[in-house]
Amino acid sequence: MVAALGFRLGQMVLVMFGISVVAFLIFFATPGADPSARIAGRNASQETLIQVRHDFGLDRPLPVQYGLMMNRLFVSRDLTSFVNRGQRVIPTVISAIPVTLSLVGGAAVLWVLGGLIVGVIAGATRGTFIDRALMILSLVGVSIPVFWLGEVANLLTQSRWHDSWLFSWVPPLGYIPLTENPWGWFKALVIPWFTLATLYVGLYGRVLRASLIEMMQEDFIRTARAKGIGERRVVLHHGLRTSLVAFVTMFGLDFGALVGGGALLTEVVFGLQGVGKLTYEALQTLDLPMILATVIYAAFFVVMANFVVDVVFVFIDPRARDVG
Amino acid sequence: MNARPRERPLLRAGDLSKRYSVGRSIFPAQRRTVHAVDTVSLDIWPGETLGIVGESGCGKSTLGRCLVRLTEISSGSLEFEGRDISDASQRQLRPLRRQMQMVFQDPSASLNPRRRVGDLLADPFRIHERLSASEMADRVAELLRRVDLSPQHASRYPHEFSGGQRQRIGIARALALRPRLIVADEPVSALDVSIQAQIVNLLADLREEYNLTYVFIAHDLSVVRQISSRVAVMYLGSIVESGPTDEVFAAPRHHYTAALRSAVPIPSIDRARRGRLVLKGDLPSPMNPPSGCRFHTRCPAATPICRSERPLLQSIGEGRLVACHHPADG
Amino acid sequence: MSADAPLLVVKDLAVSFRSDEGLVRAVGGVSFSVEQREIVGVVGESGSGKSQTLLAIMGLIDSPNAIVSGSIRFMGQELIGLKRRALDAIRGRQIAMIFQDPMSALTPVHTIGNQIGEQVRAHEKVSAKAVRARAVQLLDAVGIANPDRVIDSYPHQLSGGMRQRAVIAMALSCNPALLVADEPTTALDVTVQAQILELIGRLRDQFGSAVILVTHDLGVVAEVADRVLVMYGGRFVEEGGKSSVFRAPLHPYTWGLFGSIPPMEGPRPARLAAIPGIPPSLSNLPKGCAFSPRCAFRHDACLVQLPIMQGESHRAACLLPEPTRRQFAAQRPGGVVEMQR
Repeated sequence: MVAALGFRLGQMVLVMFGISVVAFLIFFATPGADPSARIAGRNASQETLIQVRHDFGLDRPLPVQYGLMMNRLFVSRDLTSFVNRGQRVIPTVISAIPVTLSLVGGAAVLWVLGGLIVGVIAGATRGTFIDRALMILSLVGVSIPVFWLGEVANLLTQSRWHDSWLFSWVPPLGYIPLTENPWGWFKALVIPWFTLATLYVGLYGRVLRASLIEMMQEDFIRTARAKGIGERRVVLHHGLRTSLVAFVTMFGLDFGALVGGGALLTEVVFGLQGVGKLTYEALQTLDLPMILATVIYAAFFVVMANFVVDVVFVFIDPRARDVG
Repeated sequence: MNARPRERPLLRAGDLSKRYSVGRSIFPAQRRTVHAVDTVSLDIWPGETLGIVGESGCGKSTLGRCLVRLTEISSGSLEFEGRDISDASQRQLRPLRRQMQMVFQDPSASLNPRRRVGDLLADPFRIHERLSASEMADRVAELLRRVDLSPQHASRYPHEFSGGQRQRIGIARALALRPRLIVADEPVSALDVSIQAQIVNLLADLREEYNLTYVFIAHDLSVVRQISSRVAVMYLGSIVESGPTDEVFAAPRHHYTAALRSAVPIPSIDRARRGRLVLKGDLPSPMNPPSGCRFHTRCPAATPICRSERPLLQSIGEGRLVACHHPADG
Repeated sequence: MSADAPLLVVKDLAVSFRSDEGLVRAVGGVSFSVEQREIVGVVGESGSGKSQTLLAIMGLIDSPNAIVSGSIRFMGQELIGLKRRALDAIRGRQIAMIFQDPMSALTPVHTIGNQIGEQVRAHEKVSAKAVRARAVQLLDAVGIANPDRVIDSYPHQLSGGMRQRAVIAMALSCNPALLVADEPTTALDVTVQAQILELIGRLRDQFGSAVILVTHDLGVVAEVADRVLVMYGGRFVEEGGKSSVFRAPLHPYTWGLFGSIPPMEGPRPARLAAIPGIPPSLSNLPKGCAFSPRCAFRHDACLVQLPIMQGESHRAACLLPEPTRRQFAAQRPGGVVEMQR
């Protein structure tokens, strides 16, 4: 078990290394993406360019450049933004993490609960009006672009109906740290949570329904019914329980991707200074150090999520315990 | 086998083994090896039908696939008409493929569902012979007639046939190039009893007509007894007993054969109440086979030597071989 | 209910499915009864309706396209049309089922002990400790070597034979009056099959259960059954005491079945007396006798007239005069009759 864990950790490090190399090459070594030109600013003289190149070590061979970059990123942590001079990349990313985690965490609670409810009800009432209505609703949820939904939510809660009794509690856009003001934190995030969760409730509901319907065809469901244990228990304890394997896998990967910056549109729309918004801004200004940092950060969470899924898998599927 | 001194075996396997490693661990120590087939020696004589029986996991299907080189063998020798084919490349094997064919348990798995039966049956001719379209159609029609289907069936798709009919198509395809040897792996076990009998009869008829040699692999003892002239019993990768069918079934010398035979339910009330030898326990894991004689954990006649020393397959006369320290009286 | 009243009485049970090709009639009106402590063997090939008959008894046909009609009375109580709650009070407790494939019959994510305990707790108020003790005892009773360990195992950790024993232990957990078994040994190896058959035979003595055993294997029936029902095309074609049916079968299909099985002893026939043709399609059953297209003895009446079960204790549904059939059966000891036309 310890060996297997160590092996997985080694694997993770290897994957992270690969991603950092690829990201480095794409942003720093592709033709036409001369980073020194970005740093030196527009209309810089040739001498300045050469000076910048030398200062940043960009005239050294690629592997050395990579080494220098990683050293500044992870060891000395003094890599600074090309755009906002003096802004250190790593602390900026770290300060953005709680925002993203708050947004994605809250939304995840909503979409897991919503997905379970939609999936189980639709699966259990398969073919009926309820099932069809839920499936149409979830299709709508999946189809609505999240930025549009966010803008509409903002329009209604921030301006149109903000003064009505319904939405007067909604604070202005932005993030309120949990440690400062828990209630404010909650109020600031409720609407972003629902916005982000909408897509995933639809998605998870549909996936769970399909998986549940498949499981309910299995022989062991017939065995369970033959035991005389009541349909609710058959569906929840046997059907849903076995369907969770697919559900959990999907959740782990989605959660990891969102924490890694995938919630960018929601963050931008609601003015939340999270990792996604950071990435978005870095991309707009081609702020290469920031891009590099956020990409590697995102990769870390995706790989982490994979790892966590594998561990959780062992708990929910006993068959996974006995394999290699 | 001094009964047939002048002939040479059609197929001869010497100490044939097939090992698989299981487990996905990167640590070699945690990987385990399964001896699916463990040093099996066999001669298959022209015109005979060798039945191979055993329970699931005994390696009989793997052995069948090794015999026609559909599965790479791990060690040992394999000779077809005296020619060593154990190391032959797939290219070198191609002319031999005409001579050795295989029939599977589930023919639908090997019949492309999107192609018509006529096209499927014409494939062997396309690959191995240059024939005109009309010649090919004639050959296909003849094949279909030979397995008691109608030539009109050529234009249908596999799913339009019943299980028994699909197995007929599988047999027709194996027959197309007039092979000398057909290895049939559980060809009737997925079929209903009444259809099973039809296919067994068909295989027997074809054997007469085309002078075929069969290796007939099945778990159903009564079917094997019906069609085989000689039978080999496998347990955990090895042959424990072999010999002429009637003799082996009438007087088994290995205790496993005896137990297997006694376990078969017989559709007759006169014999249903006979004393029966019911084995204790389940088949041991092939990953971790018992020491010594692999059957000793379930054997009613086991003694200490069975735990420590593995018995060799030895001749006991009349073409019979048995691997047991204390053979039954028969 | 008197002590010698039949445990189960099935009358005109029919199961049909609406499909694109019209109505598929899986079971076409069958009647039979099962006495207390009796083992009834139901023999038939795939598509004969034998499994659907069992599922109907268990109330397990839940397709919205299924139509189940007729009457199934268990200990005097009608099961068809019963509300789910009332049905759940009976199944698992008084009628329990054993399934064909032990590999898929158990929920993969729960332990054996959990799955047995779930059934016990559904029907009785007992403590968790008592449930566990009962489960261990049951596993021991069905011949599992170390029940203390197996009870905490997951299905995938057990061999096929062990799983089928666990399924049987679960079926027995509430001491049912009737056990229905759908091909319980088909997926098992022959040496394990022998163990399971022995176990089923012992159940009646130990637990006093009646058993309906559905199988395609006449050998299995010979081994354990008291009475035999032969099914073809969704109907019974023959019914009788085991010795009577095995000594002198009265239906040409039964003859064909016997002839299709290669003998295990004595001389081997050059050819098996196979039944020609293939079983009928349930969506397109022949008029008259369903077996007539494959029957060597059919005459004109067979093509139009549906034969009904006739006879006293040993009955058959065949239009051939019974004395003629008895003559055939008597000529061939063991009932082997050449069916090739």
